[in-house]
Amino acid sequence: MQSKNLLELASAISSGAVRVVDLTFTLSPDFPVIVLPPEFGQAAPVRIQEISRYDGRGPAWYWNNVTFGEHTGTHFDAPIHWFTGKDLANNAVDTMPTRDMMAPACVIDCSAQAAKDPDFLLSIADVEAWEAKHGKIPARHWVLLRTDWSKKGWRDYANLRDDGAHTPGPNPAVMKWLVEERGIIGFGTETIGTDAGQAGHLDPPYPAHHFLHGGGRYGLQCLCNLDQLPPTGAVIVAAPLKIQNGSGSPLRVIALVAS
Amino acid sequence: MIEPIKPPGRKNPLLRTRLPTAPPRPRSRKSHGFTRAAAEGRFMLQCCEACGTFCYPAREACPSCLSSGLAFVDAPRRGTLLSETTARVPSDVYFRERAPWRAGLIKMDCGPIIIAHLHADCVETAAVLMSFQLDKSGQAVAFARPEGETPNMADDRQWRELTADPKFRRVLVTNGRSVVGQEAAMALKAAGAKTVFVGIAEPWRPFPGESALRGHEGIEIVALDAADEKSVNDLAADIGGKVDILVNTTEYVRAGGLLDRRGTSVMRDEIDQAYLGFVNLAQGFGPAMRMRGADGVNNAAAWVNVLSVYALANWPAFGAYSASQAACLSLSHCLRAELRPGGVKVVNLFTGPVDNEWFQTVPPPKVAPRAVASAIVSALKNGLEDVYVGDVAEEIRQRLAANPKALERELDR
Repeated sequence: MQSKNLLELASAISSGAVRVVDLTFTLSPDFPVIVLPPEFGQAAPVRIQEISRYDGRGPAWYWNNVTFGEHTGTHFDAPIHWFTGKDLANNAVDTMPTRDMMAPACVIDCSAQAAKDPDFLLSIADVEAWEAKHGKIPARHWVLLRTDWSKKGWRDYANLRDDGAHTPGPNPAVMKWLVEERGIIGFGTETIGTDAGQAGHLDPPYPAHHFLHGGGRYGLQCLCNLDQLPPTGAVIVAAPLKIQNGSGSPLRVIALVAS
Repeated sequence: MIEPIKPPGRKNPLLRTRLPTAPPRPRSRKSHGFTRAAAEGRFMLQCCEACGTFCYPAREACPSCLSSGLAFVDAPRRGTLLSETTARVPSDVYFRERAPWRAGLIKMDCGPIIIAHLHADCVETAAVLMSFQLDKSGQAVAFARPEGETPNMADDRQWRELTADPKFRRVLVTNGRSVVGQEAAMALKAAGAKTVFVGIAEPWRPFPGESALRGHEGIEIVALDAADEKSVNDLAADIGGKVDILVNTTEYVRAGGLLDRRGTSVMRDEIDQAYLGFVNLAQGFGPAMRMRGADGVNNAAAWVNVLSVYALANWPAFGAYSASQAACLSLSHCLRAELRPGGVKVVNLFTGPVDNEWFQTVPPPKVAPRAVASAIVSALKNGLEDVYVGDVAEEIRQRLAANPKALERELDR
């Protein structure tokens, strides 16, 4: 590729001819995190502690100490996160190929189904219906599941009931198929996980984690503004923090969209 | 007879909030025998081990036989009011602001004559019951009240000065997710609190008891995650100026000690929730409470910590939790000293294992959450500082006093 084209892209971004859409929630202590039974180890919540704020602790400067788990806020899952991906090469956020941090996306709008059924599971048939309209999902593309879940209040967003969370996600067959038959680079959702709230009861449990990471692919979750993306053509920039042997990280996810 | 106190109106914003003042503080070291008694709500006097004479004030030797064996022992509370006086223009600033102030001489049935602050219904020659109370300086003073109940007894002006009665006060219960927090909120409301704010962390997580709490008149649910600095500061910005009593019901119990745990993440959670939560609450709410110690009928009056009795002696089965509680206990003494200029009491409740999920496998006796709630109310109404709730807590207290080393070995099982 000629450097001229790259500069054209930069100028298109600058002029607004290419829109930059922020797909990220603000990293804050209020944002819901994954809930595990309390006897398991827990993700540390997001904490922001002031070091100084133009005061006696530091008269001219403001800064914070920040702590959080790798899987808090809008975050990235690397293959090493799941047992199926534990032995793969370059499977952690610090060793994954940098070129995997930018890739185009196919956005499948299931907001209508999710509005009717919080336990909605994406199936191969749903994806085939999408492909009939927009063409076959190319290899090395992200598949982003739009459910409009990110527009809910926090309680409905987490949607915890006596039998666990009820949020949409993929079924096992479609996950295996997307990884093996379509060669996607990763799968992204608006919900707290790449998997459905009740995915622990599927076979295999947590199929998105199971197949994605087993196949060396990535996960993105707690995304927002997917409604601003076209079904095809957007380019996702998702570069996790370079945490040593990290299983994932909160990150800024942006999408480039030609207007 | 005492007129019932009236619910305070809203503050006049044109008037300056009066700053707290304090009664005289100096005491002899011996006199702190009374401080200890007052802190626990006991009535103790020195009693001569040789001749059995009770004496007052605190002395080094028996006034009757000169023996030095004068131990503080629980003593009979009954006495007779010999005479009374009313100070109308005292020279001390604290009493001058509160004049007229009544005091009297009481002849105790067990012997000594004690000068004491008087409940308004005490009359000369009638029987009184004596107690030691902690005043706004945190020092023990004798207080006499009528032997029987009188109407609106707890509304006595001088008594209210020595206690932290929830009546008409606004209370913040910091953690309403726990059963103890919920029971405490209900009990404080029932005890006459104007409003009970109940903190709920992570409001997106449902919890048992939520609907009862939400539907309860006078209970207001507020977003509060004590372990999160910003959450505490945000709430303090909203209601910090109207929290008269803060009840810290932080509860984070996990079994285990050191060697059978891997890593520090559970330890961090324990410290984060219990200790740093306490720090955040103190920094968020403490300064305003200290400033409002003399702010009328609903002045800032008390800070209550619900602690485990294993703060006093480590229980290895819950060893890391015990350590987090010990840290909180130590911090509470710092807070007590720092709130002293405001006359705000710091009350520590020590409980044995509470009857909740986290002590499920611990055999009885366990403390019912409702018993903790009643103990909180009772401690506030009686102006106590150290309260042992339930059999286990009381037993630990006694065994610790008897032989700390024996207790250490016995808990190591």
